Amino acid sequence: MIVKLIDFFRDRLPLVIRLSYVGLTLLVVWDVFFVSKEHAHTAVEHIPGFWAGFGFVACVLIIIVSKWYGHLGIMTREDYYDK
Amino acid sequence: MINDLWLHPALILIVGAFILPFLPQWLKRPYLVIVPTLAFLSVLSMQGQHGTFGVISFLDQNLIFGRVDSLSMVFAYIMTLMCIIGTIYGLHVEEDFQHVAAWLYVAGSLGVIFCGDYLVLFLFWELMAFASVFLVWFRRRPESLAVGYRYLLVHTAGGLALLAGLVLRYQATGGDLSFGPIGVGSPSLSTYLILIGFLLNAAVPPFHAWLPDAYGEATVSGAVFMCAFTTKTAVYALARAFAGMEILVPLGVCMALYGVVYAVLENDARRLLAYHIISQVGYMVAGVGIGTELAINGTCAHAFAHILYKGLLFMGCGSVLHMTGKSKFSELGGLYKKMPMAFVFTMIGGLSISAFPLFSGFVSKAMIVASGFEVHNYWAAFLLTLASAGTFLHTGLKVPYFIWFGKNNCSQETWDKAADPPWNMQLGMGIAAFLCILIGSYTPYLYQMLPYPQVAAGYHPYTAYHLSETLQILLFTALGFFLLIKKLAPEPTISIDLDWFYRLGGRGFLWLAQKPIQWADSCVSEGYRYVGLIPLMTMARFWSWFDWHAIDGVVDGLAKSVRGIGSLARRTQSGKLQYNIFYTVSLVAVALVLYVFA
Repeated sequence: MIVKLIDFFRDRLPLVIRLSYVGLTLLVVWDVFFVSKEHAHTAVEHIPGFWAGFGFVACVLIIIVSKWYGHLGIMTREDYYDK
Repeated sequence: MINDLWLHPALILIVGAFILPFLPQWLKRPYLVIVPTLAFLSVLSMQGQHGTFGVISFLDQNLIFGRVDSLSMVFAYIMTLMCIIGTIYGLHVEEDFQHVAAWLYVAGSLGVIFCGDYLVLFLFWELMAFASVFLVWFRRRPESLAVGYRYLLVHTAGGLALLAGLVLRYQATGGDLSFGPIGVGSPSLSTYLILIGFLLNAAVPPFHAWLPDAYGEATVSGAVFMCAFTTKTAVYALARAFAGMEILVPLGVCMALYGVVYAVLENDARRLLAYHIISQVGYMVAGVGIGTELAINGTCAHAFAHILYKGLLFMGCGSVLHMTGKSKFSELGGLYKKMPMAFVFTMIGGLSISAFPLFSGFVSKAMIVASGFEVHNYWAAFLLTLASAGTFLHTGLKVPYFIWFGKNNCSQETWDKAADPPWNMQLGMGIAAFLCILIGSYTPYLYQMLPYPQVAAGYHPYTAYHLSETLQILLFTALGFFLLIKKLAPEPTISIDLDWFYRLGGRGFLWLAQKPIQWADSCVSEGYRYVGLIPLMTMARFWSWFDWHAIDGVVDGLAKSVRGIGSLARRTQSGKLQYNIFYTVSLVAVALVLYVFA
């Protein structure tokens, strides 16, 4: 059953992707117009869609900085310690 | 000798462990479930009965084995629960000593949790290290032995720091070794030494490299135990003694980010999860450093949730390793058709660790971050939030994607072997998955157990703002993941970490021993041969003549009996050092149990 469900979505991948974008947009719209910001801890959190931007930038930063660091020589061949 | 009728759950596991090898085969499986369940029930029976139990006078010290309060109870509850889950997951393992090692390891953890003084703490602290190393050695790959020794050496070093701290503290306090708030306002050398001992077990950089090294190499079910007990017992010890120590906040934040960076680079699924333990324990260490009631609640809640979801993730990736023999992303992929149940369970673990609403991380991690905002430590709170984007990126997305979807890198053999794991492994995962969802969906279950239940009752994670914040961070992280997925494609590499220093340092020491020291040694031997050996041999020949003709007759009878006993003892000696250590540790444990409880 699980496999069938996954295959169902995989067969309609372009649609799933489009729906995901719609979902992301709706989430930001909900945040900007309907969510009360009284629980916000800092002033920057009042910027519309702040956490959406934060999440995206965080993800991109983590990937790029880590890969840059790894390719400085930290990532090495698997038998490095065996020689 | 016990001042009250109080049964230590560690004792149940220790006695249970020593009986196990003598049971008939048909009885073993039910027994494996019953013993940890009894330990769990004994913890349950202590609820509401806070106090000090199991006090034993030893020399001029009072050894306290049973301090029962809300802090020790929440940890003991989850540790014994995890012991049941882990044992069920490993029910198919036929080698008794794997179960024995795992139970002794859990007993060590429970001993630390309930102890009231540093002597008892040290005793159980070392039991944990010596029992858990067998969970690495039992993997029985050529490299397992080396990894185990490294693990043991690092933990011995940490244990020595702890011991040195104890001795200094004993001197400074005039003999008071009670284990409680250590006085973080006026730290001395002993405070820092004890802190180093704790930080090493909590895998705080720079003392962290043992963790991915050992957990990536442990047996499939051994890793499930290891990922739960060592670091979280250290978190308990930190929460008990070092609450409010400010240096722990930056250390915790560094840990949270460090683990995330290395997780990006990692190609082995279990080592990736191990790096994420460092990241997640970072939240707890930071929580201890913040030290407010909300932060300590958050630390306990997160440790509780973490033990379950990390156990679940290690069970999920472990079942892939168990079935296919592979754990590297560059040798897996596209397995959802072959292992759908393992995928679903791992995904539940991934969503829990990522703090998705309705899953356990959502109600625990947020407490720590909120406590950071509450004390206006904004940079810590924002950086911890950034790390949580990294958590979802790896554990929620990278692990499931590159094992069950993505490019199929499986060899034909791997593909043929892949299938959902045996029923007991699925049952273990099922229980952990159920609890992950229960904790996330019904907050009173966990919140009522926390050390400050009133504070916890006043904390509401399910506000519209928190929901919106979390969903935005996570879903936009997912967007970033899918846009940059090519950059994350698995690379068959290893990442150099700080263990480089002792791994290559050890090699330098070996060279030193083999070349200059051995050369000096042979010079001394040669000199000795000419100056000492030749006259000595002449003497010896005379004594040999005397011995042959005079004494042998008397001694012969005696020698025969000694040889008989010697050959008996020889049969127990396999010549492998790890077995000798195992026998010795077991013997010491039995002697201790007899001494303490007889």
